[in-house]
Amino acid sequence: MSDDRANNLDVLSRRVNWKSTQMRARVRRRYWADRLFRLSGFSAVVIAGLFLLFLLGNIIQNGISGFMQTSIEIDIAFDPTLLPDPTLPPDQFSAALARADMQRLLRQALMAEFPNVSGRRDIIQLTRMLSSGARAQLRQVILKDPSVIGTTKRVRILASDEVDQVMKGNIDVGVSEENRKLQDKELAWLGRFQQEDRVSLSFHSRFITGGDSREPELVGVRGAITGSALTLLVTLLTAFPVGLAAAIYLEEFAPRNRFTDIIEVNINNLAAVPSIVFGLLGLAFFLGFMGMARSAPLVGGLTLALLTLPTIIISARAAIAAVPGSIRDAARGLGASPMQVAFHHVVPLAMPGIMTGTIIGMARALGESAPLLMIGMVAFIVDVPGGVNDPATVLPVQIYLWADSPERAFIEKTSAAIMVLLFFLISMNGLAIWLRQRFERKW
Amino acid sequence: MPDTAIDLQNTVGAQPKMSIRDVHVRYGETHAVKGINLDLYQDNVTALIGPSGCGKSTLLRCLNRMNDTIVDCSVEGSILLDGEDIYAKEIDVVQLRARVGMVFQKPNPFPKSVYDNVAYGPRIHGLATDRDALDEIVEASLEKAGLWHEVKDRLDHLGTTLSGGQQQRLCIARAIAVNPEVILMDEPCSSLDPIATARVEALIDELSGHYAIVIVTHSMQQAARVSQKTVFFHLGEMIEYGDTTQIFTAPRQERTRDYITGRFG
Repeated sequence: MSDDRANNLDVLSRRVNWKSTQMRARVRRRYWADRLFRLSGFSAVVIAGLFLLFLLGNIIQNGISGFMQTSIEIDIAFDPTLLPDPTLPPDQFSAALARADMQRLLRQALMAEFPNVSGRRDIIQLTRMLSSGARAQLRQVILKDPSVIGTTKRVRILASDEVDQVMKGNIDVGVSEENRKLQDKELAWLGRFQQEDRVSLSFHSRFITGGDSREPELVGVRGAITGSALTLLVTLLTAFPVGLAAAIYLEEFAPRNRFTDIIEVNINNLAAVPSIVFGLLGLAFFLGFMGMARSAPLVGGLTLALLTLPTIIISARAAIAAVPGSIRDAARGLGASPMQVAFHHVVPLAMPGIMTGTIIGMARALGESAPLLMIGMVAFIVDVPGGVNDPATVLPVQIYLWADSPERAFIEKTSAAIMVLLFFLISMNGLAIWLRQRFERKW
Repeated sequence: MPDTAIDLQNTVGAQPKMSIRDVHVRYGETHAVKGINLDLYQDNVTALIGPSGCGKSTLLRCLNRMNDTIVDCSVEGSILLDGEDIYAKEIDVVQLRARVGMVFQKPNPFPKSVYDNVAYGPRIHGLATDRDALDEIVEASLEKAGLWHEVKDRLDHLGTTLSGGQQQRLCIARAIAVNPEVILMDEPCSSLDPIATARVEALIDELSGHYAIVIVTHSMQQAARVSQKTVFFHLGEMIEYGDTTQIFTAPRQERTRDYITGRFG
């Protein structure tokens, strides 16, 4: 026994030759392994970065033109015989204006531009170069300044989506006539406007301020942004208090037993449940059982609240658990009740972490579309929603709807809407990072 | 009272502030404290010494029921504060902890201002009726803790920005702000440098007499310097209790002698 021990100690008294060839080889191998790991790590980052760059580049390249729209300047003769009397009281005037034949006004103006175009089909083709929103545009011009009636004025009118696509170079005019939407004579008309420098491609504010439309040149993301905002508001107002209360209870008050273990496993499982399942739950419960309004941000928000609750609970619990026990001891040692310990000390200290988790949960909810399809927020809705019970759609669903539309012009609108969504996502995640760095505490 | 096992020399006649009667503490299977009987007196500093794991901190944490939150910790026997069992059903643990304050091993000021650190206890117990009364309590507590002159110009600074020794004195000020009767100190100087330690020891000396102080310490010199009574624990049992001078000069038990002379522990 004691002999054995002596032998064992001998092992330690042997000298190591740090300069031997084996040792040198060892060191070389270690360096090589180190370099290899660094290289593979670096290339992983580069590959991920390239993919991101490609994605962003592609979206921006496609989408940036979605914020622009082609207009054509046209001399409109505001024919008093077709328009109401400007001396009428304002409400009667606007009612009469709504009934006035703007299409005819446009047709007359275009026929005046091209006197040698005749025949019903050609004239229809000619007016089709302008957007179907042109009538509303003219109505706006008159409403703003009724004195134009009886005069001729040059007005910038939105071009149709096909003209717009030609101007943006998205349609190849070199292919044979039967394979493209715009025919040679239409190109010729467009060419004349271009020669006279009356065609312009400019920033299109309607894309930001307008609602959805069937016409790509008339669509806007305002409706979807408002829908998303209302939905997220409902989500935040329900998921945050419930999630916070659950996290505080589970972390600070609940006894550790089989029951709370089961709850914990369930919460972690819920975080991994596919979002479509939450949509089905929302459909069955909120629409089926509770009979709430379909397509409404209220139901969408409640459904997304179910989806974000596990995320909020898990991150809030982590933040609460990260508050050191010494703070709890200090408060308890002074005679603070468990609730005072939680609300005076633990929760305020955990708040930055809780908020970060909540914002990340909200960002996930903002990007979610599948559960909202289930509760009918996929409907075609033109109006900007005014409240949580109005029919609405949200940004990701809007993107899905546009991506599904056949017109060529919707490709850029889809990408532009993705840019808007990305802008909001990046802002929210940026806010989360800022909060984390601003309020991060070190003990 | 069945306190015949306790050495009562020099304290005969005085009422003990706290009495520990046949206390056993178990953490699950581990029997951490084995049948302790001990009296703590109002005008004494009592030092609990012994090697790591001897149960002295566990016993200390029983005195204001800080062990309550540990799930599998069970306490048997009775601990009396002014003759009342603190583990009795009708005792409110929140009030008990206001009466029996605690200072921890690592300074743990709240990440709030110096003022709020001290004012927190009086606030939650409603000890001050208005702002002026609260100001008075804060100033008196900091003064008593010997910290007032160092921090009076930065009461709004975070308590966590003070130096380690100042933080610990802030924690003591925070504890005395609620007017406790007993102060428990769990190795209060173990994370401080010698100068800060000396200041805290001087402070303990000043506070003794106003409060019954129980201090757990690993430093025998510290026990000798600050306490009047010393208890030596080993493996969950109380080996010897007596006047500090007697314990350090003429220990009756061999194990006590071995420990204080550094032969084990």
